[in-house]
Amino acid sequence: MLSIKNLHAGIEGNEILKGINLDVKAGEIHAIMGPNGSGKSTLASVLAGRPEYEVTEGSVTFLGKDLLELSPEKRAGEGLFLGFQYPVEIAGLSTINFIKTAVNEVRKYRGEEPLDSVSFLKMMKEKMALMNMDKALLNRALNEGFSGGEKKRNEVFQMAMLEPKLSILDETDSGLDIDAIRIVANGVNKIKKEDHAVLVVTHYQRLLDFIVPDFVHVLYKGRIVKSGGKELALELEERGYDFIKNEYEVEATA
Amino acid sequence: MKTDVLPPIIQEESDDRAVIEKTVQSEYKYGFVTQIETDEAPMGLSEEIVRFISDKKNEPAWMLEWRLKAYHQWLKMEMPQWANIHYPKINFQDIIYYSAPKQKVKPKSLDEVDPELRNTFEKLGISLAEQKRLSGVAVDAVIDSVSIGTSFREQLAELGIIFCSMSEAIKEHPELVQKYLSSVVPVTDNFFAALNAAVFSDGSFCYIPKGVHCPMELSTYFRINAENTGQFERTLIVAEEGSYVSYLEGCTAPMRDENQLHAAVVELIAMDHSEIKYSTVQNWYPGDKDGNGGIYNFVTKRGICKGHHAKISWTQVETGSAITWKYPSVILKGDYSIGEFYSVAVTNHHQQADTGTKMMHLGKNTKSRIVSKGISAGLSNNSYRGLVSVSKHADHARNYSQCDSLLLGDRCGAHTFPYIEVKNKSALVEHEATTSKIGEDQIFYCNQRGISTETAVALIVNGFAREVMNNLPMEFAVEAQKLLAISLEGSVG
Amino acid sequence: MSTIEQLNEKMESLQQMEDGSSLKTLRHEAFSEFRKNGVPTTRHEEWKYTRLGGIMNKDYNFSLDRHSISKEDFDAYRLPGYEEANELVFINGFYSGEMSKIISEELVVMPLERAAAGEYENIITTYLGHSRNYLVDGINAMNTALMHDGVFVFCKKNADTKHPVYIYNIQDARSSNVFSQPRSLIYVSQNAKMQIVETYITIGQSESFTNQVMEVVTMQDARIEYYKIQKDHVQTNAVSTTHIIQQERGFAHAVTISMDGGIVRNNLNFIMCADHGESHMYGLYFLQCNTHADNHTIVDNIRPNCLSNQLYKGILSGHSTGVFNGKIFVRQAAQKTNAYQSNKNILMSDTATVNAKPQLEIFADDVKCSHGCTVGHLDDEGLFYLQSRGIPETKARALLIHAFAMDILEQIYLDPIRKYIDQEISERLENE
Repeated sequence: MLSIKNLHAGIEGNEILKGINLDVKAGEIHAIMGPNGSGKSTLASVLAGRPEYEVTEGSVTFLGKDLLELSPEKRAGEGLFLGFQYPVEIAGLSTINFIKTAVNEVRKYRGEEPLDSVSFLKMMKEKMALMNMDKALLNRALNEGFSGGEKKRNEVFQMAMLEPKLSILDETDSGLDIDAIRIVANGVNKIKKEDHAVLVVTHYQRLLDFIVPDFVHVLYKGRIVKSGGKELALELEERGYDFIKNEYEVEATA
Repeated sequence: MKTDVLPPIIQEESDDRAVIEKTVQSEYKYGFVTQIETDEAPMGLSEEIVRFISDKKNEPAWMLEWRLKAYHQWLKMEMPQWANIHYPKINFQDIIYYSAPKQKVKPKSLDEVDPELRNTFEKLGISLAEQKRLSGVAVDAVIDSVSIGTSFREQLAELGIIFCSMSEAIKEHPELVQKYLSSVVPVTDNFFAALNAAVFSDGSFCYIPKGVHCPMELSTYFRINAENTGQFERTLIVAEEGSYVSYLEGCTAPMRDENQLHAAVVELIAMDHSEIKYSTVQNWYPGDKDGNGGIYNFVTKRGICKGHHAKISWTQVETGSAITWKYPSVILKGDYSIGEFYSVAVTNHHQQADTGTKMMHLGKNTKSRIVSKGISAGLSNNSYRGLVSVSKHADHARNYSQCDSLLLGDRCGAHTFPYIEVKNKSALVEHEATTSKIGEDQIFYCNQRGISTETAVALIVNGFAREVMNNLPMEFAVEAQKLLAISLEGSVG
Repeated sequence: MSTIEQLNEKMESLQQMEDGSSLKTLRHEAFSEFRKNGVPTTRHEEWKYTRLGGIMNKDYNFSLDRHSISKEDFDAYRLPGYEEANELVFINGFYSGEMSKIISEELVVMPLERAAAGEYENIITTYLGHSRNYLVDGINAMNTALMHDGVFVFCKKNADTKHPVYIYNIQDARSSNVFSQPRSLIYVSQNAKMQIVETYITIGQSESFTNQVMEVVTMQDARIEYYKIQKDHVQTNAVSTTHIIQQERGFAHAVTISMDGGIVRNNLNFIMCADHGESHMYGLYFLQCNTHADNHTIVDNIRPNCLSNQLYKGILSGHSTGVFNGKIFVRQAAQKTNAYQSNKNILMSDTATVNAKPQLEIFADDVKCSHGCTVGHLDDEGLFYLQSRGIPETKARALLIHAFAMDILEQIYLDPIRKYIDQEISERLENE
């Protein structure tokens, strides 16, 4: 589904990603872990097409298309979803109006008819029930005055509404307490389907207790330095990132 | 503004206020007169006086021409009326335009300077030679209108830095002076700038060559001493590519009953990747508590970031003068250039200050930052007046301005007049202003912890002004903090 | 004869008019003030960014009267919800009783001249012309010196006026340039409530210049809402003054929407001359083409314990210019004043300009005052967020601009008017 080859990217002339290789297949859950500043969020941003980032080398194909050629909204149309680490607040734009616009634009991109109000509301009710989403939140301005947990739940709710093929969750657990993490993770698990892949970007292991990955990759200084199964996350939890750093530095100087 | 049909405004007096009144009575501590003979021009202004000054200074013909041009322009100009300040009409014929401390021979070294004069500077806390040698500050001292000596010249010369009086620069570096003088503040820029150009008698000149990081703070101390004199000095600083200089300016004057005029011009020129940091602690005599006497301070200060990545930073602590009219500005011409303005202005008794800055964004990716802290007490009026303009081609310009006012008492005024003019869609300009007073709860909290009300006010005021004070060089910061405390002694809100 | 000469002649001739001593005195004083100050130029601090010279140099037809517009002409321009509204109509600057419609019993409406001569004489003497204390320039004096066929509206004590008052300023520019000077005084008695909507309409393709002055008094515990809508075509210029005087616990809420026109200058003054007044002022200038909209506001806090809050937002595209000049005065006696002011602008093109001057003048220490002003562009982060959800860039921009305008729109409490403006904004965004 997603194939990243030798990806180099950076911001304002500073190279942050220095050759990422990664393949994600339908139905898989991958976790990208790593210490602060290793490039995790950069990878998520580059995949979603955040304009400040510049790709200097390498390629990314998504469902057979050259992803890097597409604008952010076309990537969303193709089925790529990014759950933001810091969801944006927009005063004056109601959450429900925002989601309805997004759903219909994505449908338009996919050559489907826009949903009329009745079917949109029906769909929304379903997903709201699935996510335990409070209806009051939807009538408020987008993310404005939402608590940390509410913002992240809203992200997962949008994910449910847009029915993506690949969801990238960028530090979805940051700033949340354990109950909030559980709620968000449950949401993700509920909407996960056979053909849906998930890329979880996280610093800590704890989110992975609830969203169990098939593969864990450790990102360090812009490269994936170690890959393994879910047990790798537990090892990191136990030993910290220092052992990765030491191992990597030894290799690098050897 | 008239409000004749409105209900009468009832004057409310409370006991608190009376207490404040009594305690807001600090005395000016620099008000001594130095007994030295002076060499003066006759009173009044005319073409003859301009010629007299130029002649006194043995100036070349081009300099006299330049002065006369300014003088004739000045005759056609009018005093600016737009500022929020009120004062009796100034009679420009009642002023002595040139006053030099009389010394038979120009001193060869600072040790030969008239001991009375040196005493003056000792009292001000400036030792021209020894003390500052220790702290590493090069000083040019200007008394009344004439530079009386510059320290550290040889050491600076080794690096190619020129730091001397304007009169010397005109003689010894005419090519530099001709190239840069009035290139930032044209002689006809405004009424006071034109007056200054016609009659300025001295000032400091400073040139930092390419790639040189000036190793010490350069400093000028200005003092008005003689009676009825105006002081008109002119400072010019040029920083060549990749150079850095930090410049300090301090001013005092004796206590006199009549008002004295100070109309200075400062020009800064910063080339590619250079930085000029200009700090002022202005403590001209503010007049007594009833508003008698004090300096009228009408100053034009402007810098240009001529090259890309150039930076000009103005920091000022203004506690003195009966009237302050002053807007240190930056023309951001070079791409990626940066302008900064940090200001604390304190007014007490009958003082009036109308001060602020202009940031003119012309180049691309230029940035500016304005932090202004106004503190009003007594019967004073304190105005911030600033302009941020972004021209059509100044892509990605950024400005952030913060103007805060603190009122101590209910008989003073705090005014904010920011002008924002933007013609480029990629610009980002932000202005914020707040007004506050010292809260009774804050004072009580301090009292409860054993701090006197007086000290508490000083602490709170210094906290209010901290962001600006932090930008002063160490040598000045301590002095400035003391000045704040002195100027506001006892003003509890 | 030049326009100024014609105006002078007209003022001169009106001096002779016998319609009550208070009007006569006012006209007389205004005439000498006009002669003293003239039409302000950009050297006048309050007119620094707005140039009237071009407007004054045009030729105008001064012979147009209140009969040049028919009922049918007018019908095409009525605002939504008019069926349930009182309607006051000014034609070429003159109040037209026959075109107007009063359905609320709580309201008394009559020509200024009649009010000045009858039982309302005291009110007229006290409040008419109050704005001249704040607007010291020839343009305000010009309206007063030419005051003729203005209107007086009296809202009775304790009245809860259910029907809003729509005020139409209609100019007939079908055959020649028109110069109009509407004048009104609205008095909202103790504990009464009233909603006002005002709009400007120029019929025809010639130019119009409207120099209007409205003075409003809210007495103790009275409450007014005032909505001004400016959507006239580019050949129309206006100086529109709304001056509100508030007594104890008076409440005023004003929203100014400027969307089209040539040169538009709004003066909105809140004079809080008694304790515990509350005022809210909101503005949206959403401009395109060459429209120049200048909003000058004054909040004068004279007495303690008043609250004022203002938020003005600008969206500027094309060659348009937006000016915001907000003044807050807090006088010595006005302790415990809370005054807030915020101005936010988005520039959509490199040929558009924003000039802002948010001004504070404070003489009391126990107050909470702040102002903020921003000029910028659409938030890149917000744009990316919307795009990452599949919304194309142009649509995302439109949504963000609409969202930006929303907190002003929400301040229009009259449903038909709010929906109408919302619709107009959406349409413009779709066409951009």
